[in-house]
Amino acid sequence: MTAAADAHAAHGTPTGWRRWVLSTNHKDIGTMYLIFGFVGGLVGGAFSMLMRAELMFPGVDFLPAMTGGDVDAAYHLFNVLITGHGLLMVFFMIMPALFGGFGNWFVPIMIGAPDMAFPRMNNISFWLMPSSLILLVLSVFMDGGAGPGAGTGWTVYAPLSTSGHPGPAVDLAIFSLHIAGVSSILGSINFITTIFNMRAPGMTLHKMPLFAWSILVTAFLLVLSLPVLAGAITMLLTDRNFGTAFFDAAGGGDPVLYQHLFWFFGHPEVYIIILPGFGLVSHVISTFSRKPIFGYLGMAYAMVAIGVVGFVVWAHHMYTVGMDVDTKAYFTAATMVIAVPTGVKIFSWIATMWGGSIEFKAPMLFAVGMIFLFTIGGVTGVVLANAGMDTSMHDTYYVVAHFHYTMSMGALFSLYAGIYYWFGKMSGKVYPEFAAKVHFWVTFIGVNLIFFPQHFLGMAGMPRRYVDYPDAYAFWNYVSSLGAFLSGFGVLIFLYVIIKGLRSKEACPDNPWGEGATTLEWTLSSPPPFHQFEKLPRIK
Amino acid sequence: MTQNIDAYSTPGVVMVSHKKTVVTLLLVIAAMIGLVVASVPLYRLFCQVTGYGGTTQQYIAEDGHLPAVLDRTMTVRFNADIARGLPWYFKPVQRDVTVKVGEEGLAFYKAVNNSDKPVTGTATFNVTPHKAGQYFTKIECFCFTEQTLQPGQSIDMPVTFFVDPEIAEDEHLDEVTEITLSYTFFPMKDDE
Repeated sequence: MTAAADAHAAHGTPTGWRRWVLSTNHKDIGTMYLIFGFVGGLVGGAFSMLMRAELMFPGVDFLPAMTGGDVDAAYHLFNVLITGHGLLMVFFMIMPALFGGFGNWFVPIMIGAPDMAFPRMNNISFWLMPSSLILLVLSVFMDGGAGPGAGTGWTVYAPLSTSGHPGPAVDLAIFSLHIAGVSSILGSINFITTIFNMRAPGMTLHKMPLFAWSILVTAFLLVLSLPVLAGAITMLLTDRNFGTAFFDAAGGGDPVLYQHLFWFFGHPEVYIIILPGFGLVSHVISTFSRKPIFGYLGMAYAMVAIGVVGFVVWAHHMYTVGMDVDTKAYFTAATMVIAVPTGVKIFSWIATMWGGSIEFKAPMLFAVGMIFLFTIGGVTGVVLANAGMDTSMHDTYYVVAHFHYTMSMGALFSLYAGIYYWFGKMSGKVYPEFAAKVHFWVTFIGVNLIFFPQHFLGMAGMPRRYVDYPDAYAFWNYVSSLGAFLSGFGVLIFLYVIIKGLRSKEACPDNPWGEGATTLEWTLSSPPPFHQFEKLPRIK
Repeated sequence: MTQNIDAYSTPGVVMVSHKKTVVTLLLVIAAMIGLVVASVPLYRLFCQVTGYGGTTQQYIAEDGHLPAVLDRTMTVRFNADIARGLPWYFKPVQRDVTVKVGEEGLAFYKAVNNSDKPVTGTATFNVTPHKAGQYFTKIECFCFTEQTLQPGQSIDMPVTFFVDPEIAEDEHLDEVTEITLSYTFFPMKDDE
């Protein structure tokens, strides 16, 4: 060993606040990402409870109670809640938990690396996120024109976000996105470098576990798409504060250009949200079917294909801006092409289960639930891909139902699957299985109650992003709100499972799942040592 | 390679390949930022070339003579809007004009400054159906420059245009018999 290596081996586990604030350990940083994502999810979830409480009955009755009876302020508050819910769930819940959390925890272990390529940069990536969240929270209390906070929606479309929102609220939200973007770009550079250069001997790309593949593809999507968002919102910032007119028709600009730039980022972003879930679910399905994943290479390259095609379909979010029929035909066709690699994945998961020795533990329930829910969302996605259909469905609750089935339920269910799958590995303890199954069934029924009726509302023409609706939509909104409260109760069960699990005296064995769990993390102790693989494993 | 490799014994080798990867990634990020910066002029160019969003064409005199006139007629309708904050009256003088394809048309818009101070405005424009933008060519238009109106001043502003005969060769426009030319007048930004 060299002197440097001796020095490294000599330092023990840091303790107290230094272990976390100054952390360069991929597992500790992963844990912090998971906790951060959980906090973001709780706040974002609380926002959706407030929205569903308001939408439970026709009329604007609930939110004015929070604004001192001021109805106009309540309208604005609803817009702020919608904006906050979207931004929190995308940037502060799913991305930190799936990409930052599980990515940091398990990518180095799965590829047989001792840590990430740039451990200190990893620390910066994480600690930028709380800073970003603070800016977003501050924005809620700043003047946004019609009231405190930014009510622009997570898309921050001009001109609503420029001339429609005087006051510093939108500026702070933009800064928040900038910082979250920098964090994700640094994280992506770290993941790509780690995966390309630090795989254990014998671990070729074509032997690499699918979760590592999914993080690799996601990291590339982030590197290619986030600079575009950063540029677009910087232009918003100068339009707002420095008199430029990039998106202002009065000065020769075009608000539609903002939509193009936003969705050039925004569409890859929805795959950024779901791809780590795809990778994770592959592991869970394979483990609990006690079979290797069906069509491994096809699964890996399906993710690559989804990532590549995801960059050339962005305008299907904006069919109504006045594109000519040929452009619409192209974006319709390109969008539908994505159903092919996605279908490859769904059928390969089913083929993995086929003939397997299936065990329905909580992670498997969530993984199968994810496949089911994501498929529903995928089918409505093919419906919406048609420009003709979308012209009628655009900005209705049908769209809300579609993207919640994919992004929220698909991603959330894979997140829950991952938490239960790796709970023992990460904590060294055992979660209560029965309570976790109850958590699954309550959540499964709850989210379907919320979002399935929203298909009916959307087909009937109920527009999204409104605080109120005509009486004709009352029934399904009532059902949807009941589902929301049931799902909220499910989160409490989840909390119970986690607390109960963390307090359990039972120690988790190295591999609690048996022969189906074949990736490297199951060869280590539970929890793994602070530094693993000081002698690199050799993959045959 | 041996069975077990000390992860920390070859830092030099590892760091070199890290550097290559990171530099490549930084170049990719720089390229994407460059793409955003270029997107503004590229988008404008794209709209002008393709008539995207109903962007009209401008006739450049050096091109030579006006094109041949076809037997097909086209009704050009006129629309006028005023952005919030511009204290003007702004309306087309005539509702529509029927011209032959390739024939030069002339129309007037009337603008009155209803305020008590000079106001400068600038107009944006497009045509519907959007797909006609590529074939709608303006020769002279008040929208090419800023317009300053003195308090109470009223002017008739001309626009001369023709419909490009190449429209006949585009089957997507076979059913088009009417084109609406629309203007929106905005106050100049620094006047606010």
